[in-house]
Amino acid sequence: MDLNSSLGIHAQALEIRSKRAEILASNLANADTPGFKARDIDFKEIMTQVHGQGPEHMAVTNPKHFGHIDDMMDASLKYRVALQHNLDGNTVDTQVESGKFTENNLHYAASLRFLDMKVKNRNTVIKGE
Amino acid sequence: MSFKIFDIASMGMSAQSVRLNSIASNLANAETVSGTPETAYRSLHPVFSTVGLTQDLSDDFHGKGVKVDKVIQSNKDIERRYEPGHPLADQNGFVYSANVNVMQEMADMISASRTYQHNVQMMNASKEIMLQTLNIGQ
Repeated sequence: MDLNSSLGIHAQALEIRSKRAEILASNLANADTPGFKARDIDFKEIMTQVHGQGPEHMAVTNPKHFGHIDDMMDASLKYRVALQHNLDGNTVDTQVESGKFTENNLHYAASLRFLDMKVKNRNTVIKGE
Repeated sequence: MSFKIFDIASMGMSAQSVRLNSIASNLANAETVSGTPETAYRSLHPVFSTVGLTQDLSDDFHGKGVKVDKVIQSNKDIERRYEPGHPLADQNGFVYSANVNVMQEMADMISASRTYQHNVQMMNASKEIMLQTLNIGQ
């Protein structure tokens, strides 16, 4: 049994979630910066790409290798369509961003819980108690 | 969860506190008068700009912080008031009051403190979740 694949998609999900949290944090921090455009990533799109690779995919030993999770996210980084435009060109809606941030955190916590349960299962198996 | 959120949130907090500082200074000087239009108090407003967290400026992905780019002085007209009895009045009996819009400053203050709060909440939420991550499998 391959240890990595048996942990499921949650390890990758955590990585993507934490990157997304970073982007949403930037949006919130720049809520009053003139001309700043709010950005976000499409979680589903990246997850499909990551998951589609499978274990037979070529090993990534350098961050510059094609197929690294960062590159995928770079490619799917999009601009948020603002509900209302500010005169200074800023498209951050703090309510929307903090809602997304909380939601993202919750999803992170959920993936974390699943991963935690899997690790605990392993421990039970190893100890045989 | 990445440690960069703490950098981003703290940059946001310090930018907002500069903004709060200038609002405080504007409000404190709202009633200041002066003998000449040149020396009259002009309200201060910080201008924010986005700053990358990594050396690579094209690196869009690794989050963006915020910094105070500059603090500008308002170029709104200085109001002239006829108060011949005032010790600071010029020979024509005029004093020049600060060009502070108190209403605008109050609204600005609420906006600044709300954004500050958002940054604090962001930092707290990330801290909690990071502590949970440390406890994985325990």
